[in-house]
Amino acid sequence: MPVLRVIHDPDRFALTIERLCRHLIEEHGDFANTCLVGIQTGGVQLAGRLRDKLTQMGVTGYDYGKLDITFYRDDFRTAKGPLTPQQTEIDFLVENKRVILVDDVLYSGRTTLSALTALNHFGRPAQVELLVMVDRRFRRSLPVKANYRGISVDSLHDEYVEVQWAETHGQDQIILTGSE
Amino acid sequence: MASDQQLSTKHVLGIKYLTAADVELILDTALQFKEVINRPIKKVPSLRDTTVANLFFENSTRTRISFELAEKRLSADTVNFSAASSSVKKGETLLDTVNNILAMKVDMVVMRHPAPGAHHFLASKIDASIVNAGDGTHEHPTQALLDAFSMRDALGGELRGKKICIFGDITHSRVALSNVFCLQKLGAKVRVCGPPTLIPRHMRSLGVEVSYNVDESLAWCDVANVLRIQLERQDTKFIPSLREYNRHFGITRERVDRLDKPVVIMHPGPINRGVEIDTAVADSEHSIILEQVENGVAVRMAVLYLLAARRKEG
Repeated sequence: MPVLRVIHDPDRFALTIERLCRHLIEEHGDFANTCLVGIQTGGVQLAGRLRDKLTQMGVTGYDYGKLDITFYRDDFRTAKGPLTPQQTEIDFLVENKRVILVDDVLYSGRTTLSALTALNHFGRPAQVELLVMVDRRFRRSLPVKANYRGISVDSLHDEYVEVQWAETHGQDQIILTGSE
Repeated sequence: MASDQQLSTKHVLGIKYLTAADVELILDTALQFKEVINRPIKKVPSLRDTTVANLFFENSTRTRISFELAEKRLSADTVNFSAASSSVKKGETLLDTVNNILAMKVDMVVMRHPAPGAHHFLASKIDASIVNAGDGTHEHPTQALLDAFSMRDALGGELRGKKICIFGDITHSRVALSNVFCLQKLGAKVRVCGPPTLIPRHMRSLGVEVSYNVDESLAWCDVANVLRIQLERQDTKFIPSLREYNRHFGITRERVDRLDKPVVIMHPGPINRGVEIDTAVADSEHSIILEQVENGVAVRMAVLYLLAARRKEG
């Protein structure tokens, strides 16, 4: 689909990452009882950026994991194509921990619901917060709300918000695509 | 990592009918399920809307439990059928048995049957997906898949170019045939080794090396997959005695200690200790027999999951 506009260029993207990290530090301090879990695949990329920035800011020593929700999705047989599972790497229990679930785009909320179900299989967290890079407002199918958001975007049904990463697209940016 | 492909087939009737891509997809998906079964809560909800019937017309311990566990880990409902305590004893046909079960809205069938080709017959008559849990001396596809998964794990992630030798009663073994097909699809070099009376005459036509020398074959291979002497399938005596078999063809501690390189030891079970393999070898540091059992659940979860994902397309 054609790119309609660039929502965040690499400079704004980096600024947003820094702001999110400062907000996290404000809420979680030294992350003593906090863990960061990225939802495959976009959330893992974002969690990686956050971890790098937090390290620069002197916050280290917390648990970090990757969560794949393929087997928990509710569109198992109605998805447009085959669902390919990615890796889950959570080698710690989330029992009584404050978990920051990270995803790139919040849209219907179904991914978050699946992630919460999956997360419960690693223990009973004391608290779960949701951090997203993009909150597509007014598109929620479930009562899900982000605690931390990079940017809110209002978009039409036939438009698609994509977070692109340097590893795969050459630079970190957020774009809006759709029919012209 | 699994590719964005579906299985090319609606059933898993044999490795012969799977493509190499199918095999890779199953093994890659099984890797993710192996992580699931090692979590505190070993369940995922993927097949919560699916009912699976386990129809075992032959005795089984490992395979039956493994399939049932796999189904439960996927949150599927399961029904178990044993021929010994069923209307089959009253003369009910296979097709009638299965159709009666399917009429109760069962979605998938896992079947073990003594007649080779029974699953093919069924596949032509019913809509449900069928998984072959062993058909006579023909194939046992999920065993071959879990064997390949275990070998791949033990050999650093790749089977292409590796040397695998299957030892024992090749003639009566459905595991041997499925292993041959599976390993060849993954690019491994395959050899069978055993007494001439227990190796089919036309084995070489499958592209497999044949050897009657156990010591030479052990030295050649990276993985030794040891098969059980199947006494229950031998109408005539193919070997003089079990003791003689162990002396000439058994995987003994002495043979393994003489090797100048490590070898991975496998066995699909049940083991005849002291016959095809010594206890000292089966329980040694070379053996991954128990890992095979663990991997079996993950591989069967992958098979059921991928078949269920196909269902919507008929």
